[in-house]
Amino acid sequence: MWRFISLRLLQAIPVILVVITVTFFLVRVAPGGPFDSEKAVTREVKAALEAQYKLDLPLYQQYLAYLGDLAHGDLGPSFKYPGRSVNELIAAGFPVTAELGFYALLVALCIGGLAGIIASLRPNTAQDYVPMSAAMIGICMPSFLLGPLLVLVFGIYLDWLPVSGWGDIPGDKILPSITLGAGYAAYIARLGRAGMLEVLNQDYIRTARAKGLPEWQVVVKHSLRGGLIPVVAFLGPAFAGLLAGSFVVETIFQIPGLGRFYVQAAFNRDYTMILGTTVFLSVLIVMFNLLSDIVAAWMNPRLRAQYGSH
Amino acid sequence: MRPTLLWLVFFMSSICALAGCTGGESNVASGNRDGIFHFGNGSEPQGLDPHVVTGVPENKILGALFEGLTVKNPYTLEPEPGVASSWDVSEDGRLITFHLNPKARWSNGDPVTAQDFVWSWKRLLTPAFGAEYAYMLYPIVNAEAFNKGEISDFDQVGAKAIDDLTLEVTLTERTPYFLQLMDHYSTYAVHPPTIEAHGQISDRFTAWTRVENMVNNGPFNLKRWQLNRRIEVEKSETYWDRDNVKLNGIVYYPTENAISEERMFRVGQLHYTNVVPLTKIPVYQDRENTPYVQAPYLGTYYYLLNTNEAPTDNLLLRKALSLAVDRQQLSETVLKGTVVPAYSITPPDTLGYYPPRLFSFDLEKARDLLAQAGYPEGEGLPVLQLTYNTQEDHRKLAVALQQMWKDNLNIDVELINQEWKVYLDTVTNMQFQIARRGWIGDYIDPNNFLDLFLSGGGNNNTGFADPVYDEIILQLAPQAQTKEERYALFEQAETRLMEQMPIIPIYTYTSKHLVHPSVNGLPSNVMDYLNMKYVWLDKDWQPQQEEQ
Amino acid sequence: MTVEAIASLEKAEQGTSLWKDAWIRLRRNKLALFGLVLLSLFIIIALLTPWIAPYSYQAQNLELGASPPSADHWLGTDIFGRDLMTQIMYGGRISLAVGFVATAVALLIGVTWGAVAGYVGGRTDAVMMRLVDIMYALPFMIFIVLLTVVFGRNMLLLFLAIGAVEWLTMARIMRGQVQSLRQQEFVEAAISLGLSPSTLIRRHLIPNALGPIIVYTTLTIPNVMLLEAFLSFLGLGIQPPQTSWGLLISYGAETMEEYPWLLIFPGIALTLTLFSLNFLGDGLRDALDVRSAKD
Repeated sequence: MWRFISLRLLQAIPVILVVITVTFFLVRVAPGGPFDSEKAVTREVKAALEAQYKLDLPLYQQYLAYLGDLAHGDLGPSFKYPGRSVNELIAAGFPVTAELGFYALLVALCIGGLAGIIASLRPNTAQDYVPMSAAMIGICMPSFLLGPLLVLVFGIYLDWLPVSGWGDIPGDKILPSITLGAGYAAYIARLGRAGMLEVLNQDYIRTARAKGLPEWQVVVKHSLRGGLIPVVAFLGPAFAGLLAGSFVVETIFQIPGLGRFYVQAAFNRDYTMILGTTVFLSVLIVMFNLLSDIVAAWMNPRLRAQYGSH
Repeated sequence: MRPTLLWLVFFMSSICALAGCTGGESNVASGNRDGIFHFGNGSEPQGLDPHVVTGVPENKILGALFEGLTVKNPYTLEPEPGVASSWDVSEDGRLITFHLNPKARWSNGDPVTAQDFVWSWKRLLTPAFGAEYAYMLYPIVNAEAFNKGEISDFDQVGAKAIDDLTLEVTLTERTPYFLQLMDHYSTYAVHPPTIEAHGQISDRFTAWTRVENMVNNGPFNLKRWQLNRRIEVEKSETYWDRDNVKLNGIVYYPTENAISEERMFRVGQLHYTNVVPLTKIPVYQDRENTPYVQAPYLGTYYYLLNTNEAPTDNLLLRKALSLAVDRQQLSETVLKGTVVPAYSITPPDTLGYYPPRLFSFDLEKARDLLAQAGYPEGEGLPVLQLTYNTQEDHRKLAVALQQMWKDNLNIDVELINQEWKVYLDTVTNMQFQIARRGWIGDYIDPNNFLDLFLSGGGNNNTGFADPVYDEIILQLAPQAQTKEERYALFEQAETRLMEQMPIIPIYTYTSKHLVHPSVNGLPSNVMDYLNMKYVWLDKDWQPQQEEQ
Repeated sequence: MTVEAIASLEKAEQGTSLWKDAWIRLRRNKLALFGLVLLSLFIIIALLTPWIAPYSYQAQNLELGASPPSADHWLGTDIFGRDLMTQIMYGGRISLAVGFVATAVALLIGVTWGAVAGYVGGRTDAVMMRLVDIMYALPFMIFIVLLTVVFGRNMLLLFLAIGAVEWLTMARIMRGQVQSLRQQEFVEAAISLGLSPSTLIRRHLIPNALGPIIVYTTLTIPNVMLLEAFLSFLGLGIQPPQTSWGLLISYGAETMEEYPWLLIFPGIALTLTLFSLNFLGDGLRDALDVRSAKD
């Protein structure tokens, strides 16, 4: 197992290097630069600005300089927010987004996981259709729709919960977490149901049932591990995606998270910020995909044996 | 666990019960009591260095933190004493002497001196510093030459500190709007020792604007700055006119999403919104004691026509396109009556200037022109492309216009929406036939609009080039002796411009805000200018008043 | 999965009665059949729209503006006074096309990629899955903006762009399934019998991993329809006055308080499609499930 993990961590280095390199050149060829604005700036001013950010150097030198800085953990100054470093912006935004993502995932796992398992126990009955229909509606409801809807109902008509903010007014974390989590809950419910059905039809489960084991034991002891493998495979990228995808929710609820920085950086052509957030995100993705593979391996006894024997 | 939605309701009501959420005190209620103004500011400011940033949200905050030589009266927009308590203008309008208020102080207690201004302007004009708004000082003798690196001795620039409290400014030529520029954030003074403690004069990004380092001279001081969350300022105890500052503080929120902002306003989290979503406007307008405030705004919304390339190089076609636009109908339907139809580039009543109106919506004439252009009934005209940047209101207008041209002239128009920076790239390189554009004035003067269309100007973007026009704007108008003479020249220029129709003016902007009824001293004006010194909150305001 | 897809699969697998049996079982599943009928109906409407739409999708009536459902306009009109029913019908053409084609692209790449990685394992697996990691991390928006600039706007590009992102998770799920199946007795038996890897993957691994794949596919289709709206905002994809369900819903969401019908009706169209897809998906899954078939 440890070999497996260290091998994967070793593989992460080229992955991140490729991501940096591709992103670095990708953003440079994208049309429009960080200093383009509605009111045109003179050539002199633009040249001075480029010099301030060392954009006047040859591209390969900029690239090498970036890698050098990165090796020291320095992601450079932001273009959009002069006087702020990318490190600082990420440090300000990430804890908020991580917290939001954590709650959202918690919501998603509790609701989605339960719904999926319950539905899979009696397929094609009301016990299946009701939670699954709810899940379907969850999928149809993109967060740009669910968020405002929840705000209208619980924030304005009922006046129970704050309509925006994060950690400013008690209760303001509830609606954003549900909004972000709902879509994932729907996925988890569907994937969970399918995975569980797959397992519940396996011979060893039939054997267990034939032995007369109580249903809950069959489910919890024997089926969950195998049945939730697709969910776990989905969760790794989902959590990383949650961080990037929280942009919509952060905008609706005016949450000062990393998602807003990540998307706005692309809109602003904030080169260093795009690179910084992408590098950061790629580290997260590698970690979470690894984590989800480890959990999947742990859940699948045969795979566990395979990795153990490496 | 059955239907997800039921669970949500249960989950939330239980949490509500736990949190004891009986609808705690709103920001508006606590703000009215404590004199704290909760302000929707549109977006997170790039920063708070007045010489570096460019933008409206930055302007709103900097206006509270800093004070220029003059400020504006929000009711009349006339210059009022700021750091300078008075000023003399010479007969020829070229020499302006500012007498600084001896009571003006930096927030650390240092007096604000004429030398501070000279140093600050040197910073703005230093070529390596790369200030986007350096041109604001170009009316000053040699300022442009210094900024472009043609001279390196700042003593040659026409800004001199005669003593601590006397600043003498020499202009190249009479510039009627120069006093207005002294209220623009780019011409504010910064505290030289503070800047130098954190870097050199040419450094754009240092830590001096952080809460713990910031030294400023305005009516408010920076108290808290939480990225993308809020910026709090509090009343300054060193400001010379502190007795007239009524607010104890302001909280600025980066309200990027207009719809969310409107909801924050509705539940009492904001006193003031940056914008109002178009669809919400009729709802608010119909209300008694409406919080909706709309006023003409010094800006024009227009479409650029590429005069360099076929088929829009055809003047008759350009005219036909413009005459076939029923601006009145657009304004009343799609735009909900929130704008004023425009027929020229300069907004009407720009400091007493009214642009000539050379045409109006005229379908017959438009069809004639189209036929004369060689495309009777739109025949033979290739599909025109209209480019706009992705934004809901631009889309609405473009979609309506597309159909209008189809119905009125039988012209097919293809819409191309582009992401903001791609759009900027397209417009700058003139890779379009028709493109949406807007211009908001930096100061109130027709010159601010008409100099857009100088030959080869960076914001011209149409290919329009007319030496006579250039001469009027650059040579004749500045030499005009009276306002009437000057405005007559502008009228002449504007006529020449609209006769070539390189643009299709659509409407004059309006500023639109929701303002809580407890807010006072916040008059609307064409600059959408706020002077926080004048603002006060009614402590005794009660919601019941609305029902009376 | 559409009928055509099933039919083609059927052809490919002639000789085994698996697909025929599945079709018979599917016909017995009422809900799945209902889904199939509804979906076919939507597709037929979409195909016939230019001839049966009550109004022109471009014709505006600015004076009328947004109006609630009425005798003239059964589903009301949008802010330009255009008939909403017509908009939804034309929008369906785009959304269904994007939904099915882009998902098919994602499915094809994702399933193949995941199956090969999971089956071969070892270094190949590592390289392939790390490539997936890289794709996850690249800034998608910049990629889209570049696409629009380099290739201009066209539908094919839209399919590719969407397919390019959606296949990643598909590949991960497929790989996980194949990896776990590969250890099972029947696969080991098949290998020892000397079945070629491609036959093994095609005949045994993919059919046995179908459950989660079908489900994920039905989840991907609505996602893709909504993603299309986002890409259209970035300038890739369709342009006004053309529209799609995703665009109609996102415009409707902005005015949900003032003009609720602009949100509700496109929302219903999308939801109905989704429900039918899922019933059909679940039915297919059950029908193709070799083991439950023995019941």
